[in-house]
Amino acid sequence: MPPLARRLTRRLALTLFVLWGAATFAFAGMRLVPGDPARVIAGGVQANATPQVLDAIRAEYGLREPIVVQYALFLGRLLRADLGGSYQLGRPVSQVIGEQIGATLALAAGAAALGFGLAVALATLTAGRPRLRALSRAAEFCSISTPNFWIGILLLAAFSFHLGWFPVIGDDGPAELVLPCAALALPIAGVLAQVTREGLERALDQPFALTARARGATEHRIRVRHALRHAALPVLTLSGWVLGELLAGTVVVETVFARQGLGHVVVAAVRGRDFPVVTGVVVLSALTFSLINIVVDLLYGLADPRIGAAA
Amino acid sequence: MSGDHPSAPLLEVAGLSVGFATRRGVVPAVRDVDLSLRAGECLAVVGESGSGKSVTARALLGLAGAGARVTARTLTFEGRDLRTLGGGQWRRLRGRRIGYVLQDALTSLDPLRRVGLEVAEALEVHGLARRDDLDDQVIRLLAEAGVPDPHVRFLQYPHELSGGLRQRALIASAIAAEPALLIADEPTTALDVTVQAQVLGLLEERRRRGTALLLISHDLAVVARLAGQIAVLFAGLVVERGPAAALLASPAHPYTADLLAAVPVLDGPDNPGGGPVRGLPIVRTGPAAATGCPYAPRCALADDRCRSEPPPPVSYGEDGQDGQDRMVRCFHPGRARPATASRAPAAPARVTDHAVVSVRGVTKRYRSPDGSWRTAVGDVSFDLRAGEALGLVGESGSGKSTTARIVLAEIVPDAGTVLLDGEPWSGLRERDRRPRRSRIQLVDQDPLSSFDPRFTVERVVGEAVPGRMPRRRRRERVAALLGRVGLDPALLDRVPARLSGGQRQRVAIARALAPGPEVIVCDEPVSALDVTVQAQILALLAELRREAGVALLFISHDLGVVRQVCDRVAVMKDGRLVETGAVADVFRAPRAAYTAELLAAVPRIDAGRTAGALPHAALNLEAP
Repeated sequence: MPPLARRLTRRLALTLFVLWGAATFAFAGMRLVPGDPARVIAGGVQANATPQVLDAIRAEYGLREPIVVQYALFLGRLLRADLGGSYQLGRPVSQVIGEQIGATLALAAGAAALGFGLAVALATLTAGRPRLRALSRAAEFCSISTPNFWIGILLLAAFSFHLGWFPVIGDDGPAELVLPCAALALPIAGVLAQVTREGLERALDQPFALTARARGATEHRIRVRHALRHAALPVLTLSGWVLGELLAGTVVVETVFARQGLGHVVVAAVRGRDFPVVTGVVVLSALTFSLINIVVDLLYGLADPRIGAAA
Repeated sequence: MSGDHPSAPLLEVAGLSVGFATRRGVVPAVRDVDLSLRAGECLAVVGESGSGKSVTARALLGLAGAGARVTARTLTFEGRDLRTLGGGQWRRLRGRRIGYVLQDALTSLDPLRRVGLEVAEALEVHGLARRDDLDDQVIRLLAEAGVPDPHVRFLQYPHELSGGLRQRALIASAIAAEPALLIADEPTTALDVTVQAQVLGLLEERRRRGTALLLISHDLAVVARLAGQIAVLFAGLVVERGPAAALLASPAHPYTADLLAAVPVLDGPDNPGGGPVRGLPIVRTGPAAATGCPYAPRCALADDRCRSEPPPPVSYGEDGQDGQDRMVRCFHPGRARPATASRAPAAPARVTDHAVVSVRGVTKRYRSPDGSWRTAVGDVSFDLRAGEALGLVGESGSGKSTTARIVLAEIVPDAGTVLLDGEPWSGLRERDRRPRRSRIQLVDQDPLSSFDPRFTVERVVGEAVPGRMPRRRRRERVAALLGRVGLDPALLDRVPARLSGGQRQRVAIARALAPGPEVIVCDEPVSALDVTVQAQILALLAELRREAGVALLFISHDLGVVRQVCDRVAVMKDGRLVETGAVADVFRAPRAAYTAELLAAVPRIDAGRTAGALPHAALNLEAP
């Protein structure tokens, strides 16, 4: 098998393992809550489920069978990509998630692009230039140490209420996406800019940078064509962390900007103890994490040919 | 030959000084350097690390670095005053008119870019190639630089090429835009002798075709083959300058004489005792003086005048030698005698017939990434006798380091055995081997890099002192060991980063000596050192061998070094031993063709450079 295919196979197997782990934890979590499991699935005591509903749940989840059979049933449904139904909302979980995932994806992808772009631009402009670097660092530390929601509130105050450039709330156009993306992206950009700049400065100190200068290359060319690729490796390593930040941040940002989205769904589901929805989101997050990691793994090989040869 | 160039010099430098701004004021790195170079000439700048030779080269490219203060009375290249150039003008000069080849092509080529892109960059930034025939031009340039299969190589990454090919690719990128001046900064350091000879040949070819060559090296032997003129740099000052042949034949400055004496030689008188071939040179090293002659602290001729006033540059030798004058900054020019000349050959070490290490038919194979098996070491057998120094010679990839690691029992051989003192060694479990580990020690190329940088010298060496003892006694033992390797006990509390390369190697030797071993495996122990420091470390090893009766397994790609230290030599090629014998016999009359090839490739200083020497150099010598 060629090395790339072998590596992909290994990563996919690992992905399945991670998904299985996430599902098992969700299953265990559901059973560890004290009380009648059927009532837990229905949403706890306050959900006031009728005996008919509880019976339906017991039948669906096989709650009258031994726990091993329940576990097998649970995994079997997941394998068929059946996330079950939310008894509180009275709809299939996949439908609930499907409706909301678009808005969240747009927010997360926009924030990731903005965060990476801002970080690379800042780092490229300020690496090895003490005065600019000091300015940039101050701004980065501010954005790292300020929570998303506060950045969101400040952005709203400045650009929506005061300047009126962007709508205050809503989620039906690119203009509405700008402020939430910025609120989510700024702390990420702060961290990534520091890591990128350090990588750039290390690369610019290497003999190959001197060689490129001795060829007559411009400073800009040396930074963009040579050094940036060296700085990409530590940044790629951080992309798992970035994804985590995005997942956690969307919940907060969607609340501040009163946007539709998965974050909203999760908050409602956790508060209402809607276990089927929570389980669905957990499994989906694990899947996203694993897939992003596969992509990052492939990007490593692209960024550094030596890694591809070693694996 | 220089008379054939009546034209104005291509490069004219007078009074070049470079200083670096620090918190404690400007620290001078280069002082009052005069250079002059015409098309088709080669000028070599020689000196030890820290002498300012690289700074000089970079100043000529406008790349002396942030915080550098460059001043000069004259700094002209192709008739243009470099002192007045702006950033864009410098960039149009770099790569286009002045090419620059740095040492160590593994880090000097961008490791993340294909080799072809690096060569193409020089053409791209100067707008010398159209997009559609860029690849063809790059392939042609690589072929010109002697890279085989250039159409394959230009798509490969630097780590996929050998050191020699990388250096060729780097040269190809430097000459891509056909610059009039090529600056090569230690272009062959870290290369095997055969590859070194090829790379030097490539540079020589460029010079013959009219490129001016500024060659920078710490090794006089390397530049001897190419240079028409040599400038010797010490502490940022040109202490001697003149035609290469005359300067090498009769060095005027004591530092030049010391540098010459430090070069390991392949010919010369043999030691009848069968031990090291001759008394090793005594070369002093140490910091330069702040007042007076900077070399005074290391100079045998230094008197009060040398220590108080700096010697001005004076001309030396007969006038009218082809119009090429010699300059020297010394009050006692031409009086230096290398210290080795007066030293009697060393008494041979006590070698007995008892084999401390017996290697019997050892084989080790590795799996290549493509799945095929590669034999790193194939059926190698030899004995290392008690008190003996055995040299293991070969090019990189010949399996000599793998052999060393098998002897150290770090690698288990696939077949064959290693015996230590006649008892099993390689086949044991590590637990059974541990009690005898202290009898065989290792000194490698940069041994201190494998220690925690915060460990002091006391701790690094003290760890290796066997037995439990109070801290004070251990410290005394370490101080005694430092004394044996010629180090001041004041260094006990230093960390390795604050030591010079030579001092570090001494600390490593002290650590290896600590448990009182019978065998020390030296893996390229002097490859990373300047020639002067190298000579000192070799002298130390030879002395310790005589005093302590330690056997040395000495691995090196440098035949000259092996000849200085070893009694016997084993030559390896592609994992196999091709020849074993006494050093004197093998070097005088090699039986294997490969050994002869290796010997022929060693750069040497031949006072009567005749056969095969460069024509203009021979002319210079005949002139007086």
